[in-house]
Amino acid sequence: MKETKIFTTPQLTALVVLRFLIGWHILYEGFSKVLIPNWSSFGFLQESKWIFAGFAQFVLNHATVLHVVDFLNTWGLIAIGLGLIFGLFTRLASISGALLLLLYYLNNPPLIGLEYSVPTEGNYLVVSKTLIESVALVVLALFPTSNVFGLDMFVERFKNLRNNKKE
Amino acid sequence: MAQDKEKSIVPEEKNESKPQNSIKRRTLIKALAGIPVLGLFSYELFAKKKYDFDKKNRVLKDLGLQNLEAPYILKPSGKKGDLLRIGIVGFGARAVTHANGLGYMHPDDVEKRKKAGTLEDWLAQEDLNVAVTGICDVFDLHAENGLTTFRNPLRAGGAKTPDIPIKRYRTYQEMIDDKDIDAIMIATPDHHHAPITAAAAKAGKHIYCEKSIALHEDELNVAYDAVKNSGVVFQMGHQITQSVIFKQAKEIIKKDILGKITLIETTTNRNSADGAWIRDRDANGNPKPGDEKSIDWLQWLGSTPYVPFSTNRYYNWQKYFAYETGMIGQLFTHEFDAVNQLLRIGIPKTVVSSGGIYYWKDDRDMPDTLHCVFEYPDRDLTLLYTASLANSRPRGRVFMGRDASMELGNSISITADGESLKYKKQIEAGLIDPSGPMISFNPTSGKIDAVTSATEKYYAARGLTTTTINGREVDVTYLHIKEWIDCIRNGKTPSASMDKTFEEGIACIMAHKSYLEHRRVEWDPVNKKIV
Repeated sequence: MKETKIFTTPQLTALVVLRFLIGWHILYEGFSKVLIPNWSSFGFLQESKWIFAGFAQFVLNHATVLHVVDFLNTWGLIAIGLGLIFGLFTRLASISGALLLLLYYLNNPPLIGLEYSVPTEGNYLVVSKTLIESVALVVLALFPTSNVFGLDMFVERFKNLRNNKKE
Repeated sequence: MAQDKEKSIVPEEKNESKPQNSIKRRTLIKALAGIPVLGLFSYELFAKKKYDFDKKNRVLKDLGLQNLEAPYILKPSGKKGDLLRIGIVGFGARAVTHANGLGYMHPDDVEKRKKAGTLEDWLAQEDLNVAVTGICDVFDLHAENGLTTFRNPLRAGGAKTPDIPIKRYRTYQEMIDDKDIDAIMIATPDHHHAPITAAAAKAGKHIYCEKSIALHEDELNVAYDAVKNSGVVFQMGHQITQSVIFKQAKEIIKKDILGKITLIETTTNRNSADGAWIRDRDANGNPKPGDEKSIDWLQWLGSTPYVPFSTNRYYNWQKYFAYETGMIGQLFTHEFDAVNQLLRIGIPKTVVSSGGIYYWKDDRDMPDTLHCVFEYPDRDLTLLYTASLANSRPRGRVFMGRDASMELGNSISITADGESLKYKKQIEAGLIDPSGPMISFNPTSGKIDAVTSATEKYYAARGLTTTTINGREVDVTYLHIKEWIDCIRNGKTPSASMDKTFEEGIACIMAHKSYLEHRRVEWDPVNKKIV
């Protein structure tokens, strides 16, 4: 990953703030699942509509699979959140986060005719905040900031060091 | 923006002039920018956790519920004792659940469960060291189903099907007379329950009987005396109180969370042909099997008046008073037992019933709309049963006290009363909101929870509480059968004992009599008679 882009300070600040905010949100989503006793994605999956409904039903019918999904989801969210905040393996964290959010969106898309028993806090038509957050993570993956404001700086240096030695 | 550009940061370029291993302090600080953010996050996270914890605990502490015992772990029976040989009388739909509870399953059902992914739960069920060695059913097809089920070598809990041949008996008397049967399970139509119970008790067989126990006062007395005099272990088929929810509800009542309870409302809310006991056709609308060749009709009728055979009578017997007491016997029995297990209300002083056939106007005797009022003046309590077969609005089962109401279904939800004096302070302080539930209990988490956030309220009010997957789903019928078998081995009395069954039987017969005779009926406790 060769960094060639030039950001102005406001551009860089805005991108870093966006990274921190999404990281914060995803990290808390992960921790809240740890903190709720016996949390399970059961309720969410039960509500699943549209193209992933069949998949959700499969998970619900298999206790072991549900266990694995719950575990991966919780700790995946925490890992992604930490990655975004620390700026460590940020591109990987951004892309995995975007995919995970897209998966949430596809399970509960606010399409016409799909009705959910859990009310939303806003009003959505096709586009929801989850979808926007997912796309925002794609933006963060394409406009990286972590090799300045993030531990990826060290990763980058370490890589360069190794490459130089090889040369 | 033009000036900004001058301050642009080009990380790699800036560092290129420096040796690779030396990092400028400024660069280092920038790289660690995430740390203060995470610091702030951690601070907020712990503050939030403490806030939630304190709020919940204050409500639970104020209610004296913080140390509530939540028994939800199933203890193994331990010592199994000798093999118990069981005979089954009547192998219809209900008996299939009994068979599963005993650790047997029909090969077709095994396949169905495999596909549904629920076979594992059943296979994990503990072996009770029982063998079904006899079956009796007037219908050849049902008897064959039973034989196939009990010959299936696949058993729950890794049990081995013992090498005892399974016998088909033509009559229940033959089965009861057989010394190789230790206990019997009765799942016939209701008009056979009391006579079979009495005969089995006299022969010294332990009994598990489906509700309802009796249609008439006389046969109830005979069955009661027979069981009490013989000392056999009797269990009534009221499995729902085996749910941990009921053990929790008992604690809540013991801790007087609800205040003085003066009204209990129990309901039935159904709105389908199947729910109204029209069951003589299969899913495709074809008549279900059975004719006079394959069904011993005279034996099925027993001592009831002769009527010609029809699949309607055979499959929809619940509609006719010759064979049972309508919704009172079919459904209210469970409601009565639920209340009696919690409050031990016993026999009511008076009962008034009223209702009619307002929607399902076939040849039925059973009313489709029914209300029964049971008065307990000694307990300052009214028990209400209100049933509809033409509307399914969920009305629940509610215990109404001076300070709070408890809705008891698959979960418990307790709502404070806005006028409660006991909770006045908490309501004024905003700690308890009487417009939504204040406590909910989810059986699968084994935990009682104060409902404090708006989201939780939303979920609790709709019963959409989280379902855990820790521990397997355990069938309540299995638990109920297990309790019966444990009692046979330990010489103890099961929860749905003959004494409670007698109280329930009398209450139900009183309600039925009131409906038939259009009058208020009374219990004479001195002469032990309905008047």
